[in-house]
Amino acid sequence: MEYGITGFGAYVPRLRLDRAVIAAEHRWMAPALKGLARGTRAFCSWDEDAVTMAVEAARDALDDRQRHGIRTLLLASTNFPYADLQNASIVAAALDLELALRSADCGGSQRAATTMLAQALAAGEGEALLVASDRPLGKPASTQEMTYGAGAAALTLGGEGVIARCLGTASISAMFVDHFRASGQRYDYFWEERWIRDEGYLALVPQAVGAALGKAGIGIGAITHLVMASPLRGIADAVGKKIGFAGKPADALDDGCGYAGAAHPLLMLAAVLERCRPGERILLVGFGQGCDALVLEATDAIADFKPRRGVAAVLADAVKTDAYLRMLSFQGSIELEWGMRGEKEVKTAQTDQYRSAGQIMAFNAGKCRACGAVQFPQLAYCVNPACCAPAAQFDPFTLVDSPAAVLTYTADWLSYHPAPPLYVGFVQFAVGARLLMEMVDIGPAGIDVGMPLRTVFRIKDRDTQRGYDRYFWKATPVAAG
Amino acid sequence: MATGIKDKVAIIGMGCSRFGERWDAGTDTLLAEAFDEALTDAGIERRQIEAAWFGSCVDRVNVGNSAIPASTALRLDGIPVSRMENMCATGTETLRGATYAVASGAVDFALAIGAEKLKDTGYGGLPPAYKGTFNDLWLPLGSAPAGFAQLASGYRSRHGVSRDDLKRALAHVSWKSHQNGVLSPKAHLRKAVSMQQILDAPMIADPLGLFDCCGVSDGAAAAIVTTPEIARSLGKRDFVTIKAIQLSISSGIESSTAMWDGSHVRNTRNASGRAYAEAGITDPARQLDLIEVHDCFSITELVTMEDLGVSAEGRAVTDVLDGRYDRDGALPCQVDGGLKCFGHPIGASGLRMAYEIYNQLLGRAGERQLKDPSLGLTHNLGGVPYLGIAAISVLGLHN
Repeated sequence: MEYGITGFGAYVPRLRLDRAVIAAEHRWMAPALKGLARGTRAFCSWDEDAVTMAVEAARDALDDRQRHGIRTLLLASTNFPYADLQNASIVAAALDLELALRSADCGGSQRAATTMLAQALAAGEGEALLVASDRPLGKPASTQEMTYGAGAAALTLGGEGVIARCLGTASISAMFVDHFRASGQRYDYFWEERWIRDEGYLALVPQAVGAALGKAGIGIGAITHLVMASPLRGIADAVGKKIGFAGKPADALDDGCGYAGAAHPLLMLAAVLERCRPGERILLVGFGQGCDALVLEATDAIADFKPRRGVAAVLADAVKTDAYLRMLSFQGSIELEWGMRGEKEVKTAQTDQYRSAGQIMAFNAGKCRACGAVQFPQLAYCVNPACCAPAAQFDPFTLVDSPAAVLTYTADWLSYHPAPPLYVGFVQFAVGARLLMEMVDIGPAGIDVGMPLRTVFRIKDRDTQRGYDRYFWKATPVAAG
Repeated sequence: MATGIKDKVAIIGMGCSRFGERWDAGTDTLLAEAFDEALTDAGIERRQIEAAWFGSCVDRVNVGNSAIPASTALRLDGIPVSRMENMCATGTETLRGATYAVASGAVDFALAIGAEKLKDTGYGGLPPAYKGTFNDLWLPLGSAPAGFAQLASGYRSRHGVSRDDLKRALAHVSWKSHQNGVLSPKAHLRKAVSMQQILDAPMIADPLGLFDCCGVSDGAAAAIVTTPEIARSLGKRDFVTIKAIQLSISSGIESSTAMWDGSHVRNTRNASGRAYAEAGITDPARQLDLIEVHDCFSITELVTMEDLGVSAEGRAVTDVLDGRYDRDGALPCQVDGGLKCFGHPIGASGLRMAYEIYNQLLGRAGERQLKDPSLGLTHNLGGVPYLGIAAISVLGLHN
């Protein structure tokens, strides 16, 4: 039976910042950054991380497809929120995947995602969901701060509806340290670009590519798309030339996103798959202490697959920001005075979180079989005053993709909130449920009663005392820009 | 068949501490100020009090939990003292407890006392609330003004009111209370402000600016209740009786169903409807002589005028701007300055409202005395419009 990629999806944070704004802030000490000041980069809001972006990318890939057959979930990142708490398990819970699931985190290198993909394709075991999600941080005034971004991509793998099959893969492992980040460190430490180019990319990538093409039994001339992510601009062109690739390497998504670490190979791949025609072949390269090369071929079914939004749409769905310090504060690079209200204790009762996981993680409202009322939260009795039937007979009804609009709202400048003001109000779901929710990524279109909303999975509170972030769903305008 | 509590209980003594930033006083001192005044007013002795209800809301600052801080502060020895906490409706709840104790015949004299010491937090406004381990997993943080500010978007969308018109009416609500606060010696804020100052103030929770929010104060207030018969036997001629006390608490309808449009406070409508029935009021706009409502925020007072049925639906903006609720208007509201200017020490506020009605009815309101009022209403809200508590009391001169 054929096994391969059956779908893809993407997520890029809505928040964007012009690189020129960053360069202008550093002009006094690093005027040369101006040379990198082209386009905008994406950055995570305070409540986004590798886990939340992964959930959004997976939602984009899965859309309304049946997800109960998924038996494997792999999550790649070099910026997991947790060192010991399987990050993939949070994604699985938010996606309401079955309990019968082999889930794992794959990290440690910016080629984590391509390695994970090569392994999963080689294993060819049942339906799998692979997500790569990353938000590498560059130190203020570094080249990386200019070129980095954030984002996530998801691939579904399986035996039915294959849109891209694998023709061959090869990997090499080499202790080549172009950059590194020790555990617990915030920023990457880079070596000289010229050495990375000559001894790294130009020397190592051709070896893996040659081996992969050999296994696929094709030459470089049969490749239509070269997908190679790198934090270094222009490196893909040099590698393409070196391996004899005649075309133009795939778009690095520099404008609107920026290099998204371990997520970037899959994000670029998703962008290629989005416009790929049947029969076209893709050479996917992942680099980091060695190299993965995968040769993929689009099938006829690729014409029939559409993600919910896809890369082009998420890139276009931007909320342009104007303050460099906002980005620094959101990523924890500066400490601001938030006042005593920010001292509120936000310790999570793990017992309650586990007991309530259906409501909190999967955002399940309860649908009363007696009267049909859909309600969140679910308490012991139906909220309909004419019913009050016991909750034991409720059916779970997820609000995750349920159409919704603003009923009431305010912009709260008094509450502690890391992205003031806190937009909060009642979200009315068309199905009848309503609840008070935080509203995020409010753009120039603002917010008003009746405005259509969709849900996003985000960090609810950050318990900085214990180092625990808890997650819940928030609402965001369908159209923010 | 229950007959309600109309005229079954008399208030024979009330007290109220000076409200404000009481850097000088701890909760025990505030309690004592209110208690001493009430005891003197009632003309009874401490040992005659047979039961007490102590109301206080925020226990992380203030005095901690239970009724023990009150029983020790007031040296109430060996009698039942109950702790009452129902958010900002706490004060009226204490009065209800004491009133029911007397009305049931269980005791002759009962004390209701509420206090809050909020200015030991280190910052302005109320401390952020905890909602329990489950609710904290999903309920957004959000300040009190954010909870009430949403009424503005709901009200505007229901009645088609422009943002500017609503903002002007809200400013008038606060302007009027500042005018009244000047005449209240115990009030927290005793300074008149101009409409422009109000309109230009920094935003707190859109569309509520700084002057749309009430003062957060330290303070205490108390009432001593007994039966009308005992009141008369004590030599009281004119005294105040309780005509009604009613509460309504959310069951989740506003916050979890589509049966509420966000434009009003359902609990106020429920509680006032039942209170009017208990008190025998058929036309509140005409029968009531003054009202003290829960103006935690200007928008709350505005929608409350409709929820109490003293303004017609959709007419509150016009009525407010016409001065109907000013001190010289048809139905004076917040004659003492209200929460806005008298201040809002949470557990004391319901009793502070009753204190003003009581003094007005007895002709003791000094410079702000209204002409011959005989019936007044207090409206005390806890929580937020969509998940809260409304407590109404109707007080009148005993016939």
